[in-house]
Amino acid sequence: MADIRNNFVGIKSPNPFWLASAPPTDKAYNVERAFKAGWGGVVWKTLGEEGPPVVNVNGPRYGAIWGADRRLLGLNNIELITDRDLQVNLREIKQVKKDWPDRAIVVSLMVPCVEDAWKAILPVVEDTEADGIELNFGCPHGMSERGMGAAVGQVPEYIEMVVRWCKANTRMPVITKLTPNITDVRKPARAALAGGTDAVSLINTINSITGVDLDSFAPQPTIDGKGSHGGYCGPAVKPIAMNMVAEIARDPETHGLPISGIGGITTWRDAAEFMALGAGNVQVCTAAMTYGFKIVQEMIAGLENWMDEKGHASLSDIIGRATPNVTDWQYLNLNYVAKAHIDQDACIKCGRCHIACEDTSHQAITSMVDGARHFEVIDAECVGCNLCVNVCPVEGCITMEPLAAGAMDQRTGKPVSPIYANWTTHPNNPMAKVAAE
Amino acid sequence: MATGHFIEGIAGGRLSAEQYADNFSDLHPPLDHHEALVESDRCYFCYDAPCMNACPTSIDIPLFIRQIATGNPLGSAKTIFDQNILGGMCARVCPTETLCEEVCVREVAEGKPVQIGRLQRYATDVAMSEDKQFYKRAEPSGKSIAVVGAGPAGLAAAHRLARHGHDVTILEARPKAGGLNEYGIAAYKSVDDFAQAEVDYVTAIGGIDIQNGKALGRDFQLADLMRNYDAVFLGLGLGGVNALRADGEDADGVTNAVEFISELRQASDLSSLPVGRRVVVIGGGMTAIDAAVQSKLLGAEEVTVCYRRGQEHMNASGFEQDLAAANGVTIRHWLQPKRVLAENGKVSAIELEYTAMNGDKLAGTGERLTLVADQVFKAIGQSFVPANLNGSEESIDLEAGRIKVDAEGRTSLAKVWAGGDCIFGGDDLTVSAVAQGRDAAESIHRALTSNGRA
Repeated sequence: MADIRNNFVGIKSPNPFWLASAPPTDKAYNVERAFKAGWGGVVWKTLGEEGPPVVNVNGPRYGAIWGADRRLLGLNNIELITDRDLQVNLREIKQVKKDWPDRAIVVSLMVPCVEDAWKAILPVVEDTEADGIELNFGCPHGMSERGMGAAVGQVPEYIEMVVRWCKANTRMPVITKLTPNITDVRKPARAALAGGTDAVSLINTINSITGVDLDSFAPQPTIDGKGSHGGYCGPAVKPIAMNMVAEIARDPETHGLPISGIGGITTWRDAAEFMALGAGNVQVCTAAMTYGFKIVQEMIAGLENWMDEKGHASLSDIIGRATPNVTDWQYLNLNYVAKAHIDQDACIKCGRCHIACEDTSHQAITSMVDGARHFEVIDAECVGCNLCVNVCPVEGCITMEPLAAGAMDQRTGKPVSPIYANWTTHPNNPMAKVAAE
Repeated sequence: MATGHFIEGIAGGRLSAEQYADNFSDLHPPLDHHEALVESDRCYFCYDAPCMNACPTSIDIPLFIRQIATGNPLGSAKTIFDQNILGGMCARVCPTETLCEEVCVREVAEGKPVQIGRLQRYATDVAMSEDKQFYKRAEPSGKSIAVVGAGPAGLAAAHRLARHGHDVTILEARPKAGGLNEYGIAAYKSVDDFAQAEVDYVTAIGGIDIQNGKALGRDFQLADLMRNYDAVFLGLGLGGVNALRADGEDADGVTNAVEFISELRQASDLSSLPVGRRVVVIGGGMTAIDAAVQSKLLGAEEVTVCYRRGQEHMNASGFEQDLAAANGVTIRHWLQPKRVLAENGKVSAIELEYTAMNGDKLAGTGERLTLVADQVFKAIGQSFVPANLNGSEESIDLEAGRIKVDAEGRTSLAKVWAGGDCIFGGDDLTVSAVAQGRDAAESIHRALTSNGRA
């Protein structure tokens, strides 16, 4: 049986599934329910400095987009950090950690960007015997207008400074949570590392408007006729998050920096993909908010079954396994040639491959052969773009078949070269590196 | 003395009021809003979609389904009505399982087609419930056209002609318009007086005058119409019912299935409608199934359909056969009627002979079977009655007993077009009648104007 126990920057948990800092980890009641359900750890919903409680809107906090059967595909929110009293939160954290010593409890923090504020909060969090802290540099709404959250996370120098304060003032491991609302996610990751962070976690939510009410012309979610950009999360953001995880994992400057992967993780498979790209564990929020805490049971069993099936003994066998395969476009093998192939037995003759190719791509799929409805790839036109595979409603019906070295590429009229060759040396590249004589 | 369900002979009141209401409720209840969204999402929006090509009226099915999916049911309804102004009824009565849904790629792939018929009903119901009229009449053309028969073909022709600005007079023999939609469809397929609602919806465009109780050959002659109108469209339907050619078929209790179906549709109180305790239906088409199922639903204890060929030859679709079986109707094959037995002039049994293929020909084997029956329905096809066309000064060409038309619906008479069940080459479907009426109207319009320009 695969061992899925997780050790993330020294924080141990029975599995790599943590609940992200968000409403599901707002108070002891929820967190205990989560632990009962089997979650390996939680990042407690962000605490702020001592003072009057944070105020939330009293109308809708969430907006969403759905598939046709109301399957929730993307969620956004304009909720702020915890609106509960700091001392109550601290008491609860301490009690829950005492009651659940084998589970990870990390406390998310967000206080003003002055050292004294951090100096004030770190010791009281330490007193709870929580396993670590996560710096919320990602929250894109509300708090950022007050110089916190994403307002810090979007300025690498601030990140480095705050991380340094934290490392200087606590023994707890520091996880720096990054915002995706920036141009190059490697910059804040490098800054966090420079400040001495133990790990980064990403992504926080993405600035978004989920919809517009076409009667009132108000953005959604709508508060008394107005709306504000909220943070987008859920299955829709997973590809964006995975790219950002991979960018940090493969960046030579941050390579080896532990990453807690976040962004649309809904199933064991999503989690495995994040870990393969370099995440040391994962954090989940929207899936739990959609289906409840029980989903972790599917995640645990699914991950174990897959690892058993593939012979992976522990998480270290899978973490980062895909990272070396993420590269820059310029290094992709331009001598690799694949052609789409349609399995005629599986084809249901919907014609979507044809019309997608005909209208928008390379006119490489027939619609009619000898007077009969028939969809077949014309190898002489197919550039191997994969669009037909992606629009085909039948899984496995259209596949991309690589041509063997030496085989004739009907499109170019040339045999496939066995030699790896990329853009850096391509004759059409004016910047091509000329091989030394 | 047996009562209710088990009364001997042909009797009404076999069931409770609740049972009648339940038995004759909507066969395919309408999809609600969410169901329609989910079902519409199953459509793959196929290229050159097979469903569209299978539709006799060529409705752009992928487009109308996509319009439902995107929250535009009125746009969806217009896509349907553009091709088929009786799209509401067709959504209810089309044998979709042998047309659009049979060729749906999801039927081919997984045996579960997109429910095109029910989606069509959803969209057309939205438009009709809002009484949304999509078409305005063109400027008056000054031409007037007579349409004979207010069935699907006649109504479709009339609507299209009215759109083009022509004045239409529909002459209908029966007291109500609608043709087989009103008189010939099983009650559970068209509840809540839908046929009349649809007639009102179609004629709301204006310029269509329906005159009921006007029968060709009795109240007017074709020659009169040819003289008094710029063009004539014949949508006469089929007036005759084929005989059993069995001895004793004049006995009391031997009835035409189409008359039974018609009476049932017009009945205001189903409990007053008598039906036999043991019913035998002779035939293998939709009419046979409709009569058999409705007999059962009216409380007949035992209903048997006898068809002279095999199951694979039945005109009734697989769905209709399953519906009959689910309602407790027994379908027997390879049996032809030979003799109706009567007691005191009333049917008591029917004697049938087993059949088999003898080379290419169907022949009796000599073996006989007697089924006890107190009611026998004839459902072995209807025939065109050309006698009503007598009185026209020129005779109209027929082919195999029905009116001969060209691809545009033109008959052998210059000013006369025809469509629906009365023409040769039709397939006895509402939707085909609509297509023929519509296309004949376009042909008439072209003929009366200069290439469609007034």
